[in-house]
Amino acid sequence: MIWELDLAILILVIVAAIGVIQVKDLLGCAILFSAYSFLMCLLWAIMGAVDVAFTEASVGAGVSTVFFVAAVFRTTRRTKD
Amino acid sequence: MKAIGLIIVVLAGALLLYSTQDFPFWGDPASPAGTHTATYYLTKAFEETSVPNVVTAVLADYRGFDTMFETGVIFCAGLGCFVLLRLSRSRDEDSYYRHVATGITLHIKSAKIPDVSSEFERIDTLWTPYDLIVKTVCRLLAPFVQLFGLYVIAHGHHSPGGGFQGGVILGASVILIAISHNMRTAIGRISEKTIHILMAVGVLLYSGIGALCILLGGNFLDYASLSRILFTNEIEARSLGILGVEVGVGITVMAVMITIYNNLSSDGRLDEGL
Amino acid sequence: MSDLVVTLLGKYNYWLCVILMMIGLYAMIAKNNLIKKLVGMNIFQTSIILFYVSIGCKKGATISILEHGAGHHGVDPTHYINPLPHVLMLTAIVVSVSTFGVALALAIKVYRKHKTLEEDEILMQLRSE
Repeated sequence: MIWELDLAILILVIVAAIGVIQVKDLLGCAILFSAYSFLMCLLWAIMGAVDVAFTEASVGAGVSTVFFVAAVFRTTRRTKD
Repeated sequence: MKAIGLIIVVLAGALLLYSTQDFPFWGDPASPAGTHTATYYLTKAFEETSVPNVVTAVLADYRGFDTMFETGVIFCAGLGCFVLLRLSRSRDEDSYYRHVATGITLHIKSAKIPDVSSEFERIDTLWTPYDLIVKTVCRLLAPFVQLFGLYVIAHGHHSPGGGFQGGVILGASVILIAISHNMRTAIGRISEKTIHILMAVGVLLYSGIGALCILLGGNFLDYASLSRILFTNEIEARSLGILGVEVGVGITVMAVMITIYNNLSSDGRLDEGL
Repeated sequence: MSDLVVTLLGKYNYWLCVILMMIGLYAMIAKNNLIKKLVGMNIFQTSIILFYVSIGCKKGATISILEHGAGHHGVDPTHYINPLPHVLMLTAIVVSVSTFGVALALAIKVYRKHKTLEEDEILMQLRSE
């Protein structure tokens, strides 16, 4: 664990989280959420949780984004907030 | 609603921030979480199971019940997605066919061309021509992705990985084919029926290994008793038992990922997909 | 003064984790769109997973895969990170993606019936029925 790197990525994660819930387009939300998951995966890799980071890289940043895009494709991109 | 939400969030956050003052420092080697059972797992896991990756050993052996029911939850999620979208779809009467040689599209009402015809392919209203480069690259890439998935499952004893990750990677390779070609191609490779059987087979394999341990005179999921039929000592038997349940988890996770993708992206009709 | 720095360095991870948790909670309560609420739920889940992994972290230790041959002559547990939180959270991630899938399926069904994902518009349609 290197605390400088940890702090920098944690701040990026929080920025990404605020971006995810503030963006006014659900497709953009899907892509930002993928970026959020990947930053989270980096954070866990720094803390030494390699198995958890591997799972998050394949699940959170990969398959879950595909599900999200599929659902947006079948519903609507429009959102009011 | 926004103001109430903000007040609740600020109050809850302040309470949680206040409670962090009793916590041990981040990265403290003497923190209570790392001194009791964790020490036992770290010192004894290799002696008792001969698995160097302690996470895999604890996941599939010491906490096997936990993982078994998590697999059950994933199975139920796949089933739930199927019931919600696939069973309640509205059946549409019209079908569209495309003549492969000329590209002419036929719109047929309440009738179907037999599927054996190789001159026509079934399409739906959202059909667009596929990009040759994307199609070819994804078809070439898919076997390597699957090989990596199998490696991750089989090598979970010695490196990060295991049933969950490998299953997701195997599922992602089929999803890759479904996205780059269309979903009919992917379902032609691995049919809906096969996927549903695989979903159940994974959970059955896991609980079956547990039940086999009872039959051989041990406790449920006590892999040491498998040594009688595997002709090895108890430590090797535990290692092999872990591999068996990891394969079960991998099969279930793969099938559930494919079934959730198929139902979500086609709204339960399993026609074209994304 | 140095006391404050020590506390800051020791606890900032938990604090930022709580902030992340509260962002997720706020999205679940205050956002109007159903999919935005789901994203809030997922942020909440990942922040709790982050919290667990932070608890398992150990200064000056390596990842919890034993070195070649290390297992045969006694393992020093202070050299390896606590594997228990990793085990608990590994399954939680895969379960979270499957529940996310089911929730998206429900959102698609709601859209099929009401042609919108906004909470207030759905409520208006239900009241006018």
